[in-house]
Amino acid sequence: MTDVYQNRRWVIQYVVIAVIIVYVLRLFQIQVLSKNYQQLARNNVLREVTVFAPRGLIFDRKGRLIVDNQNEYDLWVVPSQVTAFDTAAFCALVGISDSLLRQNLLKAAAYSRYKPSLLLKGLSVEKYAAVQEELYLYPGFFGQVRTIRSYPYKAAAHLLGYIGEVNQRHIEQGGGYYRMGDYIGISGIEHSYENVLRGRKGSRFVLVDVHNREQGSFAEGRYDTAAIPGANLISTIDIELQQYGELLMQNKIGSIVALEPSTGEVLALVSSPNYDPALLTGMERTRNFQRLATDSLRPLFVRPLKAAYPPGSTFKPAMALTALKIGSITSTTEYTCPGAYVVGTLSVTCHHSGYVPDVATAIQHSCNSYFCHIFRKTVDDRRFAHVAQGLDQWKAILATLGIGERTGIDLPNEGYGFVPGSDYYNKLYGKNRWNSVTVISLGIGQGELGMTPLQLANMTAALANGGWWYTPHVVRSVQGSQERRLPTVVRHVMDLDTAHVNALRRGMFQVMEAGTGRWVRIPGVSSAGKTGTAENPHGRDHSLFIGFAPVDSPRIAIAVVVENAGWGASFAAPIASLMMEKYLNDTIAFQRRYLEQRMLEADLIP
Amino acid sequence: MTYHAARRPNQGIDWMLISLVLALMLVGLLAVYSTTAGEGSRFFDLTQMHGRQMIWILISLVVAGIIVLMDSKVFTVFAYPVYALMMLLLILVFVYGITVRGDTNWLALGPVRIQPSEFAKFATALALAKLMGSQNFNIRKLSMQVAALLILGLPAVLVLLQGDAGSAIVFASFALVLYRFGMSPFYMLAVFLFLLLTLLTIVVNQTTLILILFGLGALVIFLFRKNKSLTLTTILTLLLSLGYVFASHYVFEYLLEPHQQDRIRVLLGQQASAQDADYNVRQSKIAIGSGGFWGKGFLQGTLTRYNFVPEQSTDFIFCTIGEEFGFWGSTLLLLLFLATILRIIYLAQRQRSRFSMIYAYCVAAVLFFHVVINIGMTIGLMPVIGIPLPYVSYGGSSLVSFTILVFILIKLDGDRLAILR
Repeated sequence: MTDVYQNRRWVIQYVVIAVIIVYVLRLFQIQVLSKNYQQLARNNVLREVTVFAPRGLIFDRKGRLIVDNQNEYDLWVVPSQVTAFDTAAFCALVGISDSLLRQNLLKAAAYSRYKPSLLLKGLSVEKYAAVQEELYLYPGFFGQVRTIRSYPYKAAAHLLGYIGEVNQRHIEQGGGYYRMGDYIGISGIEHSYENVLRGRKGSRFVLVDVHNREQGSFAEGRYDTAAIPGANLISTIDIELQQYGELLMQNKIGSIVALEPSTGEVLALVSSPNYDPALLTGMERTRNFQRLATDSLRPLFVRPLKAAYPPGSTFKPAMALTALKIGSITSTTEYTCPGAYVVGTLSVTCHHSGYVPDVATAIQHSCNSYFCHIFRKTVDDRRFAHVAQGLDQWKAILATLGIGERTGIDLPNEGYGFVPGSDYYNKLYGKNRWNSVTVISLGIGQGELGMTPLQLANMTAALANGGWWYTPHVVRSVQGSQERRLPTVVRHVMDLDTAHVNALRRGMFQVMEAGTGRWVRIPGVSSAGKTGTAENPHGRDHSLFIGFAPVDSPRIAIAVVVENAGWGASFAAPIASLMMEKYLNDTIAFQRRYLEQRMLEADLIP
Repeated sequence: MTYHAARRPNQGIDWMLISLVLALMLVGLLAVYSTTAGEGSRFFDLTQMHGRQMIWILISLVVAGIIVLMDSKVFTVFAYPVYALMMLLLILVFVYGITVRGDTNWLALGPVRIQPSEFAKFATALALAKLMGSQNFNIRKLSMQVAALLILGLPAVLVLLQGDAGSAIVFASFALVLYRFGMSPFYMLAVFLFLLLTLLTIVVNQTTLILILFGLGALVIFLFRKNKSLTLTTILTLLLSLGYVFASHYVFEYLLEPHQQDRIRVLLGQQASAQDADYNVRQSKIAIGSGGFWGKGFLQGTLTRYNFVPEQSTDFIFCTIGEEFGFWGSTLLLLLFLATILRIIYLAQRQRSRFSMIYAYCVAAVLFFHVVINIGMTIGLMPVIGIPLPYVSYGGSSLVSFTILVFILIKLDGDRLAILR
């Protein structure tokens, strides 16, 4: 056989070898030299799946569950897995209309054939239990659990607060903890105790296939972290008292703050108008929030913490206290009221006239003249070089009562109220261009003075205790913790003469026995209180009341503000007395049912 | 060699080549197992792809045994009938063909489905060897060239008409054989121009292209107007070119699937980057690249196991090896193929019969072409053309047909001393 093209054998062999060498070099390039492909491969198959930690529950002071987690189920569909099914039976089973089912399925298929799409939201656990039993008949459909907050008592919305998805600011300030889609406490206890309630979410690394379906854990879960459930909180709230307060305040604008004086624990914190806390959970949250935020009565405004009212006559015990502390009067300083306090052209009318033998009586009758008198006596006291110094000293003593300062309650966005000092008036009138007469309305709790209902209640608790108070707080402890009280709760001692405080308490006791509060005495319980009627430049007077009971060993101190309700004795005092009676006696005495009825029925919304 | 009849059938068998082929089959089986085996699946599971691949390997070995037991004269004698039979099968596909994964190039023989396009390869190799091995064959004669072109062109066109462009291109690999046995390299150039024309039909507007061709033809005829035969050749070439332009335009626009058009356009840079068209290649490169030097280990390839690479058990099987066995494993496989091809060329060179020698080169050419195209596309050096990796890719037809291809050579080689053809 002649083979004249013998040499072409070598050409062919060299071509083959050359091509293989090129391929090996190419493999070396993409497998050894380039690290890029390894990263791309990881991105392809590795997903970090967040394992959510169940949020801590909240109990009230008597161990009743007030904030719970409730499971809701969403029904999802993966279109590629769906086979022909009996749509009529399916619709009847899950409770969806045929047209909506059809529409959602088409939408899901348009979105992705392999990724799950939401078909139906918010099936209750009971409903889902029935659905789940037959779900195997419908491949491609599956349920996914979602936890939402639920409120067995439908009360204390402002206090408990709500949770919502994190925004960009939360993510940036969260130290890397939060990711898009996480929930965070936005207001109330949910906000202040976010770090305790949230627990710690875990994460799982899973391998996914090309359709993003889970295929198993990565490296046998070596890099996974378990979720740590949030801790439960024991609140100081008495949820039944809270509910009762909300009932009494229905169709009224205002606040109730009830404290346990000996501990600073908040028993009830009512802000009216209020709303069902369940409105701000789950799927309807955004829409409900819009509605509440645009309501002209501002139901989202936390009045007990943020609204500053002129305290009016409820300020008088505090006024007396400053005078006694500075020493400008004694508890037996007497004064004869002519029915008005007149200095030059200024006249402050008084509802009362006659001889006032001591401070207690002045409080009992709420004598305006007496308090104007002692206010001037105090700030103009000869110990002070100037009225400015006197006013600042007055302000400093009020601060020890928590007036004009934040009390430090464990709830977000507490207001300061307002106590004007000398610099305020210097700015307003000019230095040395004002004197004690200019600012005399401060003495009767009017003028620029503003106090939040919480400050009123806290001041009352301090008086009830005889000169000390604990930081008001709504959470007693973290369940399982050994601490008796949270480290944020501090005891404030005011260094008062017991005799002085007793004089004030006697005055407040007399208010209930023979003064403006005598109509609302609580059967079988000795109480002390002070009504107030705050002049309101915007409309009808606000009705205020502070009080505590029992007088000898106070278990409850309360402040009630009802906006535009007139006299302190007309609404605030009855409501406060009913609250105290409810708390102390657990029931309202028969002879006071009419009073309760009147309060419940009153509609004071302008 | 006095006692022909007493000669054992396996005498002179090249065990080296058989070992190489068996090694490739084993690699393929492991790779297929890796892509299809789920958690807890058994190795001997006939419902799974790897189980069926095992069956196909056994069938292939039986077929190989039958070939070895046959008289090697059969292959020369029945070369044309076998070719004719395969062409008939290819035509039958148009009538009885069934569609599997978008391609209508399958025939159902009872429970088994086969791809006649795969079997056409060894039949064509036999026919080409028969033609070129005949005493009076002269590659310089036009009639011989036309005959050779017909043998190669018929199956190519039939397969192309079935929509399997990848398998059709494989028949171009025989050009290497023609070159080896004396065809002028200018013919290779002609083939290259032919391909260029194909590209131009896709890239350039059809009317423009026809005008250019007419212009060129007129120019040649005018310049060489004294040379009558050249004028005739030119006119013929022009007509052929025009016919080809129309045909390839028709094929591209009407026969190719949109995804195939996309792939070609992307390759030609006409389409910046069709998401679908280069997705396969990107995923394939990621899978291979992520293997690193040592690979992720057997059954540890996350991308191939979770279906990121399409067609990973068939056309993209090399990804699994690249991902799980890394650079060393891929290189080893390439060297295995290199050794196989070089061994076949070595066997070819020791043949005493022209038929056997040409057939051996056909085998080498077909194998080389498959390896270059298949592995080339997985590492982004070749366009995505759907042809299997010999002995490795999942699929019975391809496995059996490649076994037949190489074992006919082994049988011919075994008998090289016995008979002189």
